[in-house]
Amino acid sequence: MAMSFAKKEEGVYTLDVTGYVCPHPQIYTKKALEKIQSGDTLEVVFDNPSSSESVSAMCDNNGNEIVEKISDGGKYTFKIVKG
Amino acid sequence: MEIIVPRRNVIWAYVIVGFFSLISVMTFAIHEYYIYLSAYLWFGFIYGMCLQYGRFCFASAFRDLFAVGVPRMVVGIMIATVLFAVTSALVAATGWSTFHAAPVSIHAAIAGLIFGVGMVFAGGCASGSLYKTGEGNGVSMLVILSISITQSLFVDWGGILNKFVPNSWHESALQKGLPDSINVGDGFIDQYLAGYVWDQPVVTYAQSLGMEDDTLAGAMLGNGLAGVLVPALLILVAVYFFWVRKNYARKLSKEKTTAIGIADHLRGFWGMVMASKRTSIAGLLLGIACGLQMFVIEGLRMKFGVKNAGTILVRLGHDYGISAKGTVFDPGYWYVTTQEAQWVGWMLQKLGMNNMDNIYFGWVNGIPSPAINPADWMSVALIGGAAVMALLHGEFKFKAPTMELALWAIIGGFLMGIGSRLALGCNIGAFFVRTANGDMSGWLFGLGMIGGAYIGVKFFNWYTERKMASEMAGFDL
Repeated sequence: MAMSFAKKEEGVYTLDVTGYVCPHPQIYTKKALEKIQSGDTLEVVFDNPSSSESVSAMCDNNGNEIVEKISDGGKYTFKIVKG
Repeated sequence: MEIIVPRRNVIWAYVIVGFFSLISVMTFAIHEYYIYLSAYLWFGFIYGMCLQYGRFCFASAFRDLFAVGVPRMVVGIMIATVLFAVTSALVAATGWSTFHAAPVSIHAAIAGLIFGVGMVFAGGCASGSLYKTGEGNGVSMLVILSISITQSLFVDWGGILNKFVPNSWHESALQKGLPDSINVGDGFIDQYLAGYVWDQPVVTYAQSLGMEDDTLAGAMLGNGLAGVLVPALLILVAVYFFWVRKNYARKLSKEKTTAIGIADHLRGFWGMVMASKRTSIAGLLLGIACGLQMFVIEGLRMKFGVKNAGTILVRLGHDYGISAKGTVFDPGYWYVTTQEAQWVGWMLQKLGMNNMDNIYFGWVNGIPSPAINPADWMSVALIGGAAVMALLHGEFKFKAPTMELALWAIIGGFLMGIGSRLALGCNIGAFFVRTANGDMSGWLFGLGMIGGAYIGVKFFNWYTERKMASEMAGFDL
């Protein structure tokens, strides 16, 4: 499945990188966060377990807040509010 | 994050543990020699559990640092290396170490560079790809396949590759007195090994300081302190200074009105070390297990009166695929890539290829059946250990590779295969084990690997930027 970026509603975007392995999920997440506005929400969907640690650490470092983390059968959804 | 672990995952975890236990018990019932193979098996299982638990991947260490500014894996790997150095030094001081240092020259750095680019492209290093295979990752399975095939063909290749061999290597290789069956004058890797690598000095930090490797002072101060702890601390300080310090100071300045001083930075440094508990715990356990494996394997060699598993296999009646010296690959410690080359080499020979006329298979490592190859037992159990850990954390998921990722896996695996054979090891054999044992070639390979990771990240930044631009073209961002 190819990477997809979409606008869900005003100020809320989704980035689906399901099927991708490292480093794709964290690099795409970083680039998507760079593009959206401060206060916007990015919902990242991925299924590469090690990316969950990297994305969490990256958000913590850069002042972006992960407001929700869902793990379901090896699939992760992180809701990130850009700081 | 709440994780629901389905009951079937727990059942599968029991099945895997039961399978390996059954193999150990049943083979021991056949002959006590099989405990040698089981020792490899259970250490592999522990490595797999630790790697998956800590998401321990050497590829992500400098890649995530360069790509997204995340230092957790560099920290984890440095912790593991230092702890492995401590346990290695203790084992070395008893005289029970199975470690042999490798020749030191620029070849280690060049090989590390090729390997480093490959591991970023592939999405995982050699050991990382094994544990991710245990998570059900199809891309990692392809990476392993690509590393395995590349190595097994590369070590036997002559033909056009002979044209790249300098005459001095050719002449030097011919003077090494290898048997005619090896045909050392034909094949790139043969002439590279016998004509160049074997002529390079073998030096440890202890030896360079005038100490012996198997004394407590040499092992602890020479190899452990000077060879591992000091360089690892310098790397961690550099990582803190260039990647963590600014963000830490920014966060702290919101809570603190006075100026930020040295004590604050020391707390920040410690915070960086402790930031990822999982990675640090995995590093701690890996370091201890790696040292313990050397101790156990050497103990078993003494018990059975052997120096190499080849003798054990012959005594058990398995004489197929033994090298001309009567040996098989039996490092006595954690290793990844050679056993991957061996199983493909074994398959190719079964298909009619003569691949024992080279140093790698024919003179040193042999190509025993994977069913009785100690190092293959270790790798298969590593995958099993990772699968158990992934199942118990609800992280196991079969994922078929897409065409895009399959291509990266094959290219990355190819580069890692080439790098591994040029370095005589991968991120484990050529970096982790050698560095922790005070072998000077270890850090050289590591420096090359860091350079390779940087090049790989630069390329991926460009590649993903293009894809993001096309995906976001319709948005007003």
